[in-house]
Amino acid sequence: MSETMQSAEPRVGVYVCHCGINIAAKVDIAAVVEFAKTLPYVIVVRDYKFMCSDPGQELLQQDIKELGLNRIVVASCSPLMHEATFRHATEAAGLNQFYFQMANIREHVSWVTADKALATRKSQALVSAAVRRVVLNEPLEHQKVPVKPNVLVVGGGIAGIHAALTLANAGKQVTLVEREPTIGGHMAKFDKTFPTLDCAACILTPKMSMVRSHPNITMLTYAEVVGVEGYVGNFTVKVKKKARYVHEELCVGCNECVEACVYKEGRFTDTFNEGLSKRKPVYMPFPQATPSVVLIDPESCIELKTGKCKKQCATACTRNAIDFTMTDEIVALEVGAIIIATGFQTFDATRIPQYGYGKFPNVYTSLEVERLVNASGPTGGEVQLRDGSTPKRVGIIHCVGSRDEKTNRHCSRVCCMYSLKLAHLIHERTDAEVYNLYIDMRTPGKGYEEFYDKLLKEGVNFIRGRAAEVTDWTVTPEEEGKLVIRAEDTLIGVVRRIPVDMVVLSVGLEAHADADEVRRLFNISCSKEGWFLERHPKLAPVSTFTDGIFIAGACQGPKDIPDTVAQAGAAVAEALALVDRGFVELEPNTAFITKELCSGCHTCIAMCPFSAIRYNKEAGVAEINPALCKGCGTCVAACPSGAAQQHLFTDEQIFQEIEGVLNYV
Amino acid sequence: MSDTPAFEPRIVAFFCNWCTYTAADLAGTARLTYAPNVRVVRIMCSGRLDPQFVVTALRQGADGVLIGGCHPGDCHYQEGNYKMLRRFHLLKRMLKQFGIDDQRVRLEWISASEGDKVQRVINEMVAQVRDLGPLALVGKPTPHPDASEKHAAA
Ligand SMILES: Cc1cc2nc3c(=O)[nH]c(=O)nc-3n(C[C@H](O)[C@H](O)[C@H](O)COP(=O)(O)OP(=O)(O)OC[C@H]3O[C@@H](n4cnc5c(N)ncnc54)[C@H](O)[C@@H]3O)c2cc1C
Repeated sequence: MSETMQSAEPRVGVYVCHCGINIAAKVDIAAVVEFAKTLPYVIVVRDYKFMCSDPGQELLQQDIKELGLNRIVVASCSPLMHEATFRHATEAAGLNQFYFQMANIREHVSWVTADKALATRKSQALVSAAVRRVVLNEPLEHQKVPVKPNVLVVGGGIAGIHAALTLANAGKQVTLVEREPTIGGHMAKFDKTFPTLDCAACILTPKMSMVRSHPNITMLTYAEVVGVEGYVGNFTVKVKKKARYVHEELCVGCNECVEACVYKEGRFTDTFNEGLSKRKPVYMPFPQATPSVVLIDPESCIELKTGKCKKQCATACTRNAIDFTMTDEIVALEVGAIIIATGFQTFDATRIPQYGYGKFPNVYTSLEVERLVNASGPTGGEVQLRDGSTPKRVGIIHCVGSRDEKTNRHCSRVCCMYSLKLAHLIHERTDAEVYNLYIDMRTPGKGYEEFYDKLLKEGVNFIRGRAAEVTDWTVTPEEEGKLVIRAEDTLIGVVRRIPVDMVVLSVGLEAHADADEVRRLFNISCSKEGWFLERHPKLAPVSTFTDGIFIAGACQGPKDIPDTVAQAGAAVAEALALVDRGFVELEPNTAFITKELCSGCHTCIAMCPFSAIRYNKEAGVAEINPALCKGCGTCVAACPSGAAQQHLFTDEQIFQEIEGVLNYV
Repeated sequence: MSDTPAFEPRIVAFFCNWCTYTAADLAGTARLTYAPNVRVVRIMCSGRLDPQFVVTALRQGADGVLIGGCHPGDCHYQEGNYKMLRRFHLLKRMLKQFGIDDQRVRLEWISASEGDKVQRVINEMVAQVRDLGPLALVGKPTPHPDASEKHAAA
């Protein structure tokens, strides 16, 4: 059938979509229709309110059948939005789906053009280009490629944990890669979670141990992805597992080695406790660390640095788990889909020097206070100042590194709520007077506003206004020995001085400093702030522009735990939809060589980044392997004789498109 | 005011599918208004840009050509944008020899999240080419005020 279609005289149908008023309000649809009627090979032109709706699609299908159309043009939204929809509609009416062409008159015209007459002309130009081009379209078939059933999850915070468990419960083999020595992410550091104040450990640690024991999950901790190759359904991933100097399969987490270490006391910064305590060179990140395996830090271990230690740790280990000769290891994985859940970092409070973080010992970040209120934290849950005393007055400054032109413009979404949580916990544990200094109180969410109400009734003080500074310059006897927060109280219009013992900076959520490198590794995009970019902000919130790679959790933007978990579930559903289908259809826009035109000059061979082109000595021409070709067209642009061409993007098609867009100004 | 309308440049843009075309879509979703003089031809990768496309566009009546690709290092096909960059430099040199001001051909790296950059670059380029005036090439077609006539005749 396709043969006859190709040789037959083109019969083009053009369909102009109103998209409600999205297009119709800015583009004179009737003028575009009239114009399209004048274009070569056009048999019929229609317009409709919503071309993507069922009746819209039926319109063109009916015309294919009744008017014998063999080329279809729809002028509507972006092809990235609905090309697949209309290709399917075309195919369903018995025409090869590549006899279809789209003109983007919404995203590229009606939504970006102020003047109606000019928007109409631009639409006409794009329609003209599409019509000229579709005449040259050829029938093509999708190449079907099997999908590998396994899934990789990157990042072991609550998003990654939830994703890995759900996939594993669906019977998929999952590899969870976590950069730190333990999974858990930020949530593992909290004592309680808003708004219900349920204990973070009680809801998280069971999930962590399920990850460890699940037969379908391989957990690679202290590990990072270092290479990703391949494409949707067929990724080859290289993971570097850093040396722990402890054999994971032998260690039972008894901590005997930690006891035996030549350092009697911890001496090195404990990052899990946000630097509020010290650890030894051999350590367990925290009591519920998963895997429950110690590790040795090569930066501080005497044996690893000098080779001159008594190695009491190794002697103490009855299972011979300690091995100073261990080296980094590369693990190769073959997966069909990847979920990225690498989370966030908190704002570096030293970037706002007027708040005195790093200068005044009793100015803390919220994350540090999370550790202070945590029963298994450095103070066993006691809220203490650096000197061990209990604060009597505490000030919590909101929006530190959020909603601020100088640092981050975005709202970090969780800080108001966690500030309320911390206010409650501090007040409950110390009976201190707590002041919350906020710009706006943002508590949308189930049970969130109610939580705010509760705090108001508990007697926590709220002052509306951005804090100007934290200073130790005191003016009254009452302020003596205290830190003073200066802030404008915008509700009563006065500048206030609030003397406190402890300042908590509610630091915002930021994309990881290395987000750009991670993004490149996986070939996905970032917003300017470094948040991973979703394919569509509303309709494809967990997909990326790279098929087969999904995002979940705070790496996509600031969000709380409920939203993170929901998003992780969504990413799993997308990944399952891909791997359970078992195959993917690749766009047939591959390059090909016309033997008769090829001089065998080898230019194209050097161009191909995928080694898809080889030289056939006997025939004296280049040959392209369509299974390896990814359809970039770089070889086509380089070919001096026009022998290399690209399906769907032949030179002739593009020349026609150029002529078309210039047709009308 | 004179009767002849002010010169409005016609610019053809070649945008790669993954970064710049997507950014242009984003500019749309964000309703960032910009000059209507630029018409986009989508190619999968800026590496597909055959210098002939640029020459053809100029010969067919374009007053300028804008090329948009992924930032260096971000190419969906690893390095198509670098390959295009090399051709671009050669092309600019060649156009100069033909007496075509090289400001008429512009290359920009615009990532999928930079809708605002699409707006800025297009507005800048339209203003710039407007200042340069129409590209005078021998045998260049003059804009048809009414294309329907042209096609009715064809
Ligand atoms: C002080 C504070 C208090 C909060 N309190 C609450 C609360 O009470 N209730 C609530 O709902 N929300 C709260 N939040 C928000 C909550 O922390 C987030 O919603 C949640 O942590 C997001 O989970 P995630 O898995 O996306 O990210 P994360 O928790 O950041 O986890 C990401 C994981 O990925 C790992 N990772 C990062 N990069 C890589 C890489 N390249 N390769 C491998 N692994 C990597 C990290 O080590 C980490 O383990 C609070 C936030 C803060 C800052």
